Amino acid sequence: MGMAADTADNGVVLAADGRPLKDSLNRALRKNRMRAVMLVAPLLLFVLFSFLIPIFNMTLRSVDNWHVGTLMPATTAALATWDGKDIPEESVFAALVVDLQAGAKSRQIGKVGTRLNYEKSGMRSMITSSARKSKKLTSGPYKAKVLKMHKKWKDLETWTVIKRNTAPYTVGYYLNALDMKYDKTGEIVMQPENRRIYGKLFWRTFAISLAITMICVVLAYPISFLLATLPLRYSNLLMIFVLLPFWTSLLVRTTAWIAMLQSQGVLNDLFVFFGFVDDQNRLQLIHNLTGTIIAMTHILLPFMVLPLYSVMKTIPPTYMRAALSLGANPFVAFVRVYMPQTLSGIGAGSVLVFILSIGYYITPALVGGTDGTLISNQIAYHMQSSLNWGLAGALGALLLASVLALYFLYNKIVGIDNMKLG
Amino acid sequence: MSEATDTLVKFESVQKSYDGETLVVKDFNLDVARGEFVTMLGPSGSGKTTCLMMLAGFEPATHGEIYLDGIPINNVPPHKRGIGMVFQNYALFPHMTVAENLAFPLQVRGMGKSETAEKVTGALDMVRLGGFGDRRPAQLSGGQQQRVAVARALVFRPQLVLMDEPLGALDKNLREEMQYEIKHIHEELQVTMVYVTHDQSEALTMSNRIAVFDDGIVQQLAPPDELYEKPMNAFVAGFIGENNRLYGEVKAIEGDFCHVELEGGGGMVKALSVNVNGVGSRTTLSLRPERVTIGAAQGQSTNSLEAKVEELIYLGDHIRSRVSLSGNNEFIVKVPNSHGHVHLKEGEVTQIGWEAEDCRALDA
Repeated sequence: MGMAADTADNGVVLAADGRPLKDSLNRALRKNRMRAVMLVAPLLLFVLFSFLIPIFNMTLRSVDNWHVGTLMPATTAALATWDGKDIPEESVFAALVVDLQAGAKSRQIGKVGTRLNYEKSGMRSMITSSARKSKKLTSGPYKAKVLKMHKKWKDLETWTVIKRNTAPYTVGYYLNALDMKYDKTGEIVMQPENRRIYGKLFWRTFAISLAITMICVVLAYPISFLLATLPLRYSNLLMIFVLLPFWTSLLVRTTAWIAMLQSQGVLNDLFVFFGFVDDQNRLQLIHNLTGTIIAMTHILLPFMVLPLYSVMKTIPPTYMRAALSLGANPFVAFVRVYMPQTLSGIGAGSVLVFILSIGYYITPALVGGTDGTLISNQIAYHMQSSLNWGLAGALGALLLASVLALYFLYNKIVGIDNMKLG
Repeated sequence: MSEATDTLVKFESVQKSYDGETLVVKDFNLDVARGEFVTMLGPSGSGKTTCLMMLAGFEPATHGEIYLDGIPINNVPPHKRGIGMVFQNYALFPHMTVAENLAFPLQVRGMGKSETAEKVTGALDMVRLGGFGDRRPAQLSGGQQQRVAVARALVFRPQLVLMDEPLGALDKNLREEMQYEIKHIHEELQVTMVYVTHDQSEALTMSNRIAVFDDGIVQQLAPPDELYEKPMNAFVAGFIGENNRLYGEVKAIEGDFCHVELEGGGGMVKALSVNVNGVGSRTTLSLRPERVTIGAAQGQSTNSLEAKVEELIYLGDHIRSRVSLSGNNEFIVKVPNSHGHVHLKEGEVTQIGWEAEDCRALDA
């Protein structure tokens, strides 16, 4: 009885000094908790500024629609009450002229043109030429004069597009990224067949990634098995060969593949030498789908080998021996006893390789040609060349969402706790 | 011919080398009779597990032949030998339930579903684990896993079961319990068992015969009582049970006995001549602590020597006394805690004695 902790009247267990035991424990643990926070703080800050904020920023850009609202405030206000059934009234045109004149003066009106041009081609030239001409307009009524400046002002769709983009946020970039658009009446419809790019590209990215993942499993499984079962001194050497690609620049490896696979390259020379192919009909192995798959498989293979190896290393050889002693032939023993135990390794490696490949950029850019490029190359194009960052953000966000969906699915089916990465 | 059918396993001058330079098993000969429980006992690295692996088929013999039921099996792959095996860490398949583990050997033999289920239930009942069929091995205690492993090795009714240190991972109480359980299963099923262990009490408890291994050679193959009471060489005498050693030189041999002059100035003693190289050779005298009497009067036993009590340890049923004798200060005498036993004091000089039959003169 004397050894038991004291208890207050309300049932709270008390420490020796009479304070509640929970409080004492918390005080004792606070120091440890503070230390843990201090230890992760630098990394946390780094990840926040270099990873989370940029991702958030890019995702924000994919819905941000400030141009019309900010640069054409008068028109935006005037269009608020427009019913959209016919060309607007004189008041709207008067507001438009005010905005165009201000925009021309500040040289900002081009941004509005560029933004509206994403929605409907021809809008940029309409806006910029009208802005230029609007400087001469001094008095109203403006409607007739503006309609004369550019014939597209007579088009109801022009006004529908402008009105729609007075909203501060838009789903336009996402529609574009999903091969959809608004039609003349403002309804969301699919793009015409010949203008659908991104859907096809997404599917190609997924298909290529899946193919690379499966090739990696097939190639990595035997080598991992060998690594896990060889004596340590041999397996260490073999492991160095597996890791060697990690120590070489990605660019160097990819260029090496160009030298290997091009039509005057090493592989084709060998094929011709041994008579597999005719000198006139050398195989096209690079700057197409084949090149992308070969080079990316090579680069991503270690990411499959390492999780597989780490799982296989933990499977003692006695399981196979036990299965054999119980009368199973080596094949049955392998399929029914060994392989099921490596599933978590296959799962971890596949998720890793698949996620890495759907976002892969450099290698397909260098060896992909036209039919071997992936969605990431389109994102880079819109970031660097077309400067349509909103669309790049939307494509990136869709890619991120699909990765998260995949992760969620994997967690549901296999359980992320079963994932072993080393 | 009747002997040939009674012998289930036969090792014939089997040798094994892993590196082509040293022999792990030097010259192994063993006949195991049908229904027998034979234990291979020895320190680690003595070659006992290698012999078992060769019998199971996981290691090829470098030289010699192994016969199973009269048929040479050197070229028979393990899965066609029909030998049940219990591994050191059980090797229960972690992704299968207990019932699936037990059904595995039956399924690969193409047995029907209902018959399989029946046999699995029977095997689980045999090891008193009925109702545990749906659990995963990881959900069982060490002792339960052990019993499942034994059941799995027996469920397909092999004529021979091998066990490779199966109780090594269990704690002491459980280990003793399992020893009796395995012994009873062996008696009940009349199955031939070859068992490997480094634990001598395990070997003494369960076996019909024990092969004591050292340095790749069988030092002695005998039933437990003979092994303990009549060790044939110094290694076996030292490895099985507690043992006092005295070294000396053989001075004369008369019949079954010899006279030995002890090193360290202990004088002449008479011993059973078991394994000596003739007059003038060095010999190890082996004496069990319980066969030595302490405080005996001169002339009461054949050999009588003066000894100094160095240490007394009270162990309840007996008092363990360490004395120094003829230059050996690790000489142990067990004094039974019986009514009226001798009360010794540390530092006291007393007289100890033993019969010539209890003192075995072995190789040096």
